[in-house]
Amino acid sequence: MAATVETVEQVRGIEKYKYGFVTDIETETAPKGLSEDIVRFISAKKNEPEWLLEWRLKAYRHWLTMPEPEWAKVQFPPIDYQDSYYYSAPKSPEDRPKSLDEVDPKLLETYEKLGIPLTEQKMLAGVAVDAVFDSVSVATTFKKNLEEVGVIFCSISEAVQNHPELVKKYLGSVVPYGDNKHACLNSAVFTDGSFVYIPKGVRCPMELSTYFRINAENTGQFERTLIIADEGSYVSYLEGCTAPMRDENQLHAAVVELITLDDAEIKYSTVQNWYPGDENGNGGIYNFVTKRGACRGRNSKISWTQVETGSAITWKYPSCILQGDNSVGEFYSIAITNNHQQADTGTKMIHLGKNTRSRIIAKGISAGQSDSTYRGLVRISAKAEGARNFTQCDSLLIGDRCGAHTVPYIESKNRNAILEHEATTSRISEDQLFYCRQRGISEEDAVALVVNGFCREVMQQLPMEFAVEAQKLVGISLEGSVG
Amino acid sequence: MLEIKNLHATVDGKEILKGLDLTIKAGEVHAIMGPNGSGKSTLSYVMTGREGYEVTEGEVLFKGKNILEMEPEERAGEGLFLAFQYPVEIPGVPNTTFLKEAMNSVRRYRGEDELDAMQFVKLVREKTKQLGINDEMLKRAVNVGFSGGEKKRNEALQMAVLEPCLAVLDETDSGLDIDALKTVANSVNLLRGPDNAMLVITHYQRLLDYIVPDQVHVLAQGRIQRSGGKELALELEKKGYAEFTGAAA
Repeated sequence: MAATVETVEQVRGIEKYKYGFVTDIETETAPKGLSEDIVRFISAKKNEPEWLLEWRLKAYRHWLTMPEPEWAKVQFPPIDYQDSYYYSAPKSPEDRPKSLDEVDPKLLETYEKLGIPLTEQKMLAGVAVDAVFDSVSVATTFKKNLEEVGVIFCSISEAVQNHPELVKKYLGSVVPYGDNKHACLNSAVFTDGSFVYIPKGVRCPMELSTYFRINAENTGQFERTLIIADEGSYVSYLEGCTAPMRDENQLHAAVVELITLDDAEIKYSTVQNWYPGDENGNGGIYNFVTKRGACRGRNSKISWTQVETGSAITWKYPSCILQGDNSVGEFYSIAITNNHQQADTGTKMIHLGKNTRSRIIAKGISAGQSDSTYRGLVRISAKAEGARNFTQCDSLLIGDRCGAHTVPYIESKNRNAILEHEATTSRISEDQLFYCRQRGISEEDAVALVVNGFCREVMQQLPMEFAVEAQKLVGISLEGSVG
Repeated sequence: MLEIKNLHATVDGKEILKGLDLTIKAGEVHAIMGPNGSGKSTLSYVMTGREGYEVTEGEVLFKGKNILEMEPEERAGEGLFLAFQYPVEIPGVPNTTFLKEAMNSVRRYRGEDELDAMQFVKLVREKTKQLGINDEMLKRAVNVGFSGGEKKRNEALQMAVLEPCLAVLDETDSGLDIDALKTVANSVNLLRGPDNAMLVITHYQRLLDYIVPDQVHVLAQGRIQRSGGKELALELEKKGYAEFTGAAA
């Protein structure tokens, strides 16, 4: 009840704002809880056009009617949506750690192992720094280069202001607001995220990374990303970072939408290393993400590569809708769970166009008392003449208290489709570990070596600079899994 | 180099080694021969610290240090190397990656600087050339899809790169045809030097035609039953092990 009263007061505040009373945007936080007023509050804060507010509200009303998705093999207590904040302005410098001395030493230890430079460590840990970051100046030059070729890369809030026609045309066109409960919540309350538009015939001159996007802070919880590759264009996009990000919000429900038109290609790579909780399964992020790409054009291609090592619970199925003839969808995944982590991840490949092809390579590694599930769907529609899919799911178990599950669904309505599925489950053997140790390699390094070998096909899909860090991350996330 | 005194060891509660004594000096090559089940492989695993092999009595001194309390990787760091009877496959891990990881782990243990990629490649190329091994083997995943001969040559290559003080060769001849046997033996001979030593474990004497030992020991029923020069191997070849397996029964 207290929350409601608070909300009412807050909304009165918004009313004032609406009628021209100036409020200081920097310092406001919406009260706890979720309601239509909160949705209005967020939209007003972001000075959004009416159509976007309407869309958010439709999403919110629909969300109220939707059941929680319960088919995944994950367990957690019911989420109290009224116990969260849905809008908070960036933290003021006074609230942040003043220096790295005030940051959790465990976090710093991991940064150290990953070889992350000091200034970046500070940024990741949220330390208040007055000086201009190297990365900010890097980002500025970065932006200039992109502008020259006409690439738009900005926060989605900026895009709503500056490129409303593109946002209006594509937002929610791949993941409609009513898709699932988590995506629906995101549609109602998303605060920020990335927007990318690659114009016709442009090959994006550099890899785009969330890391270099200015204003990328505090967008983690309900992040919304929209990437459009116009005809004949190409872009490689890197999401996330191998360093564990500090975040106090437990529920993360992001939405990513990709669109490729004729002959366009998007390569989307993710390294997800959110806080997984402690050794006993306390805390950690619930990572409920909806990622989907639509190959709208002929000969277009969308490739998802993900390395999922963090979060207490991962619920994520980056998918491809292969509408255009000859379009190609790919999904390369490494999911590592340790201690009490749970991951239910996989992909959907929906073949609609002729001669569409898809390829799925999923590697699951479970250690400790964790549970990892591959869940995938390959659907071939009646019109998808000559469609092909190849699926390979491999699970690796470390120890005898963890679980690995593979749940592949295949639906084919076309007789000419060719579908192949391979699956294996293996265990890191005592023999392999002893062999490595006899050669001088420590037990933990041996586990990392064997697991990296197991994941090699997927690692090779990552952009070089990401791959090196991802390999180290494999070792770090499996620490303490043996011995 | 190596001093084993009154070594007793059990596997799954069953005593396999029952008071084994063995001394090897630097520069020497010793051969251990014996019937199946006499404890030959157990000896190699006890020395290298494999889990499940429990020492109940005795000691193993390597370069004067008691190594029984050390982890397997620490023993490797001290310079102990085991050429496996059945080398293990590690899918997806290129041979070079494995070798470099091993090399630098050992160097770290010894407080030496790690080799960078360039230095390492140079060193490995030198060794493959010496041993007549095709560099293509370096790119392949560790032992995956290797023939029996290739696996053993890969063990020899690892040994050449790591330059151990004491190399234990566990039935290196098993499963090899005569040509493969010769190449493996050659590579072993290349590594012989005044500062290192070898312990060749074998069931047959034919390997000893190519790797000539300074001493031959007969292991049966968990103990060294007899020691002698290389002629002992020939004698065993003729008479078999019956004399030793029956003797203590």
